Amino acid sequence: MAANSPALSIRGLRVQFPGKRGSAPIEVIAGMDLDVQQGEFVCLVGPSGCGKSTVLNVLGGFLPVTQGEVRIGGEPVHGPDRRRIFIFQENGVFPWLTVHDNIAFGLSRLPVTERSAVVQHYVEMVGLKGFEKAYPRELSGGMRQRVELARALAANPEMLYMDEPFGALDYLTRLKMRADLVRIWATEKKTIVFVTHDIDEAVQLADRVVVFTPRPARIAAIVPVDLPRPRDMDAEGFLHCRDSIFEAMGQLALARGEAAARAESNGYAG
Amino acid sequence: MERLRSWLLPLLVAGVLVILWDRLVVLNGSTLFPRPFQVLLGLQELASEGLLHRYIIASLFRVLWGFALAALIGIPLGLLMGWFSLVYQALNPLIQILRPISPIAWIPVAILWFGVTEAGPIFLIFLASVFPITVTAAAAVKNIQLVYVRAAQNFGVTGLQLFARVILPATLPQILTGLRIALGIAWLVVVAAEMLVVSPRVGGLGYLIIDARNAGSRYDLVVAAMLVIGLIGMVLDLLVRQLEKFDEVRWGYGQR
Repeated sequence: MAANSPALSIRGLRVQFPGKRGSAPIEVIAGMDLDVQQGEFVCLVGPSGCGKSTVLNVLGGFLPVTQGEVRIGGEPVHGPDRRRIFIFQENGVFPWLTVHDNIAFGLSRLPVTERSAVVQHYVEMVGLKGFEKAYPRELSGGMRQRVELARALAANPEMLYMDEPFGALDYLTRLKMRADLVRIWATEKKTIVFVTHDIDEAVQLADRVVVFTPRPARIAAIVPVDLPRPRDMDAEGFLHCRDSIFEAMGQLALARGEAAARAESNGYAG
Repeated sequence: MERLRSWLLPLLVAGVLVILWDRLVVLNGSTLFPRPFQVLLGLQELASEGLLHRYIIASLFRVLWGFALAALIGIPLGLLMGWFSLVYQALNPLIQILRPISPIAWIPVAILWFGVTEAGPIFLIFLASVFPITVTAAAAVKNIQLVYVRAAQNFGVTGLQLFARVILPATLPQILTGLRIALGIAWLVVVAAEMLVVSPRVGGLGYLIIDARNAGSRYDLVVAAMLVIGLIGMVLDLLVRQLEKFDEVRWGYGQR
């Protein structure tokens, strides 16, 4: 395979779910082509229920393809693979293991001393030093997502699939998690496919934002975000990208309204 | 204050009931049903003869054997039933038919199969506890959070490893609840189970109840044995509850 061939290539992807008792199958993804380059950060956005997570689950090998093909590094996807780790919206950290043992979960092939060194490295990277012996129920939602991120990174995958990982967190925690994710992505050089319904989040994180139509989903637009990181959410370039995404979703008026409302409230809140 | 009340209130209620019991027996003029102090004397009599001690151990021995066998078979069986729908389809109807049959109905069968040996009561206690253990384990696996299984598969953990590292620990809180229920039932059945056996030499708390009734209507000893059975049942439940405090399972019980 050529050195610059895409890390991930989707061709003519269709996904149908079986209908209820004899009714016709429900089409969720209605034909989709997408290439993701090695080391690229791609966000999938779209209205809720449009099939973003479905695509991610297909990439992760958790859902079968109805038609078309998904190739990663040239190979078709057959089921889950430790080279591509999924990070779940509902948090897949194991509550019966400590932070340390969770992060070590994918490392059972390594000798113990090496394992601990890897765990320690990623504990520090995600900022959980001192919490190695804590159990997930003792941590906040944001910290649990950090554990899951560290567990994924420790297995040294080529790609990360992140399914609205910050969706359940409060606003400020979410901002902090995004900043940390960008920093980690820059050092670890992983390819990331990230599903979100938060357009600001997508613009802050992604190299390219893939906008989905409502179900059955197709790609409405691909918006490149050519801005230096870390990204200022009030910069002109940022707002321009955001508007392009709203426009692709057919919701530009909504964006304008929101922007006006925001400018107003800024006058009070600073 | 709160702590004091949680001790004082039940003691007070029990005290009132004991006085009521005593008054009722006196008013009724019954010569057979014991007054509370007669029960205590009965207990003392049993203890001084060393019978109480021996019977408690004999009953615990049977219950723990029957219960351990039930756990040993019920937990793996339940896990398999929960995970493989073929196993579930094959076994579930059978279990649902056997489960509502009272262990007491098995007494004649137990005598036929095991005669008057220790195996009889152990078999009955096994029967009483194996179904709740199996059924809760199967239900726990069926309700396992998909995200744990997927995460494990994502890291290449499959087969027996998946059972040992994810399915068992993920279902352990519910399995423990099943064990607690089963132990309660097993202790409940010990009286019935000891009706069919048991040589007077070995005895047991259930045997004591039947024996005290048959050998001269010693109702003071009957009630004494009932009291001891109740207390031990409570202690067993408290012991299993202690297991729920371990970090490996505590996450499964919500806020308490």
